[in-house]
Amino acid sequence: MIDPANGSPEPQHAGSRTAHLAHHFHTPKQQFDAGKLGMWIFLMTEILLFGGLFCAYAVYRANHPEIFFYAEQFLDKWLGAINTGVLITSSLTMAWAVRCAQLSQTRGLVTCLALTLACACGFLGIKYVEYEHKWRDGLLWASKYAPHRVRDSGFSVQDSGFPQERGTQAAEPRTLNPEPSSQKNAGIFFSIYFMMTGLHAIHVLAGMGAITWILVLAAKGRFSSRYFGPVDYVGLYWHLVDMIWIFLFPLLYLIH
Amino acid sequence: MTDSPKTQSASEHGGLAHVMPLPVLLAVFALLMGLTVATVSATWIDLGPWNLGIALGIATVKAALVALYFMHLRYDHPFNALIFLTGLLFLALFLSLTLLDTLEYQPAIRSWLENR
Amino acid sequence: MAEAPSDNYLTHTRGITSWLFTLDHKRIGVMYLVSILAAFLLGGVFAMLIRGELIDPGPGMLEAMVGDATAAKNLYNHVFTLHGAVMIFLFILPGIPAAMGNFVLPIMLGAKDVAFPRLNLTSLYLWWFGAVFFVVTLVSGGLDTGWTLYAPYSTETSSAVIPATAGAFILGFSSIFTGLNFIVTVHTLRPPGMTWFKMPLFLWAIYATALIQVLATPVLGITLLLLGVERFLGLGIFDPKLGGDPILFQHFFWFYSHPAVYIMILPGMGIMSELISVFSRKHIFGYKFIAFSSVAIALLGFLVWGHHMFISGQSPLLSMVFSALTFSVSIPSAIKVFNWLATMYKGSISLATPMCYALMFIFLFGIGGLTGLFLGALSTDVIMHDTYFVVAHFHYTMVGGVLVAFLGGLHYWWPKITGRMFNDLLGRIAALLVFVGFNLTFFPQFLLGTHGMPRRYYTYPEKFHPGNFVSSLGAFVLAVGLFLVLFYLLHSLFRGRGAPANPWGAATLEWQCSSPPPHDNFASPPPVGDPYDFTGLEYDPEIGGYIRKEEGSGFRVQGSGFAERGGTQGAEP
Repeated sequence: MIDPANGSPEPQHAGSRTAHLAHHFHTPKQQFDAGKLGMWIFLMTEILLFGGLFCAYAVYRANHPEIFFYAEQFLDKWLGAINTGVLITSSLTMAWAVRCAQLSQTRGLVTCLALTLACACGFLGIKYVEYEHKWRDGLLWASKYAPHRVRDSGFSVQDSGFPQERGTQAAEPRTLNPEPSSQKNAGIFFSIYFMMTGLHAIHVLAGMGAITWILVLAAKGRFSSRYFGPVDYVGLYWHLVDMIWIFLFPLLYLIH
Repeated sequence: MTDSPKTQSASEHGGLAHVMPLPVLLAVFALLMGLTVATVSATWIDLGPWNLGIALGIATVKAALVALYFMHLRYDHPFNALIFLTGLLFLALFLSLTLLDTLEYQPAIRSWLENR
Repeated sequence: MAEAPSDNYLTHTRGITSWLFTLDHKRIGVMYLVSILAAFLLGGVFAMLIRGELIDPGPGMLEAMVGDATAAKNLYNHVFTLHGAVMIFLFILPGIPAAMGNFVLPIMLGAKDVAFPRLNLTSLYLWWFGAVFFVVTLVSGGLDTGWTLYAPYSTETSSAVIPATAGAFILGFSSIFTGLNFIVTVHTLRPPGMTWFKMPLFLWAIYATALIQVLATPVLGITLLLLGVERFLGLGIFDPKLGGDPILFQHFFWFYSHPAVYIMILPGMGIMSELISVFSRKHIFGYKFIAFSSVAIALLGFLVWGHHMFISGQSPLLSMVFSALTFSVSIPSAIKVFNWLATMYKGSISLATPMCYALMFIFLFGIGGLTGLFLGALSTDVIMHDTYFVVAHFHYTMVGGVLVAFLGGLHYWWPKITGRMFNDLLGRIAALLVFVGFNLTFFPQFLLGTHGMPRRYYTYPEKFHPGNFVSSLGAFVLAVGLFLVLFYLLHSLFRGRGAPANPWGAATLEWQCSSPPPHDNFASPPPVGDPYDFTGLEYDPEIGGYIRKEEGSGFRVQGSGFAERGGTQGAEP
């Protein structure tokens, strides 16, 4: 930390310098680098965990594209796009928070972490709205897939090729009357949708927990340019959560 | 929030890590938002099978921006980037062979369904 | 006779909470060791039930236990499933890395602990938590799907699939965190002078294992999660009636489970490199070949998973691809075996108990590995898939390989961990019993398999009776041998002679600190040399161990872990 009186670095007190240094590490840099390496390996395991679901997506989309093209009409791409914007914003505030920690700007750090949490809440809120619509309309995973009525939300509906008017603003529910063959096994799309977005949402929740923990510590003044590892590591995790959504959005919402 | 306009290098702050300048963070944010608009807009242009490629391409660019700048990979030990890429490589291995197998046995399923 | 230093990691702090909340990798390793041995005992009970049932065709002891023939048949499904699941998830996968790697890795490296001690403790807690789920499975409906949990049966059976998959999921994370910890430790905590090519080969093996743990286990995680959700909510992606694909489950499952067998064997091979070199008193032959072959096995192991699916409905194209790739993974394993044999050539072989197990490994793993080639070849596998040939193959590699290596390592590091020497004569007798019992149990199974006996069947036609009888007899002998091991090892804890720092004359760093080691291993980073250079190490009958003699001034290792100059106390430099 810079001594404001004379602009030169304060003498390194043995206590404050080594306060955060674990006994088995020799230098703070070694400890920081080790922590970063560990977090990157963990992120790699998360990529492989989600990767299984991307594999399932690829398999079903390649072998049954008709199901995906059919089911896409039920997803609201505007809500998806807003959610994408919300998560990107949260990534900005998280990266900004790491920067604040590195510069010992505690107030900025706390503000940015709080904003990140707010964005995360917003994301989950919008997800809740989406899930609630699906539940109401019977658009659930394969064994519970039973679409009975779809309420036109007023947003434009993709041209599904079915005999319905496009972009109607009517509030009255309309019943789907699709071709039986293209409706067959459409529930599989929703199995994949719920599994991917659900697991992602669980990771958002876990991230919120981690950010809250860091926020509490930050408010207590625990982080500074000498010690900001945990903020950085939680930030990396959060960016991965954002990155996964960056792929989920076009794959689930922007199918053509 | 006080801030210094010049780039904060690692050596000025105890040598722990590179500090990302605020203009870079904001520029990346703007790019990410712009690319999101682009990818949504692209759905109104029908390019057949290319739509998937374009969407994934834009997503990849966005992910790369997040990785390189928000996650500091551009200024970090190259080994961390290697870890990330290794995960993607093994995922690609898993995905490609599994996908290939499922594509290969679809004809067998179809002929069984037809002959039932 | 050497005395255990008064302050070592066992005595440093006292009380059960000092163990349950410890951050000391050595204590964590010991707790793992006790836990996995308990799991091994449980898995062994199931094994004895299998062999007890199969000793004669027709209804046997299981029917005697439950009274009803149909119930007995169903119970048999539970017995072989739980034998496999408990042995694989609770014993073999964590086994050597967690119980021995945790203890040995930091000391062998010259570090004070692993990179993330709290994560290490978390891994142990997760093991216990996962084990609890397996106990829940046992008491709440069992598991009858086979350890492979194939859909659609696993999604429809009424047995306790969800607790079992939850347990395996949790154990998977225990494994991932251990692997993560080891990778970061090896990368960041090597002392000055210990380059990658000065590391002992056990550490190369553990590192390669850790690579697999972090790359493969997450895919098991998603597989089990999908299975659980399929069962709990009816997700449908493995259910053909809903448009799902059961072969997809198999791809998901084996993408992890094949590399998993390399998680099992690689640490054992690492132990082999240590034992063969030390007990031949000769520098390991082909160090770099062995080191690189460990990493090669780890990577190539990811390319072959489809060889478990040749007759499941996998396309012929992929079956051919996987069959061809499977042959490649045998090459690095063979390289290791040749290097070990070359190490022994013109060496000074000492047949102490650890070396007995090492020699056993080469022979038994050799058979196991070679029989894998029959199964990797597509044309022969079509006939032998799901027969006892497969059962014999994987028991030769997993028991003849991994368990034997585990026992070798256990005996090798026993003095270091406990500060006690065991009775070597009993050790060799038990090793002989294990060898004879093992071969009697599993060799006939190769023949049963080629003659057509299917696996997972609770009965068989009369022509398979002699083979099954011998096999069950062998299991009994094997059990006696293993109980003998348990007996003399436990006995050594109370009556064993105190162990010197270096009873075997090895040159790796863990033998430079006392037996048992002090709490923080080394006060300062120890001098790093060639881990297989035995020159200068001489046996001192007074302490019953080896000390390094150089230029007439002896270095004697003190309890504090420092090497002090001078043969007598207080000698001036």
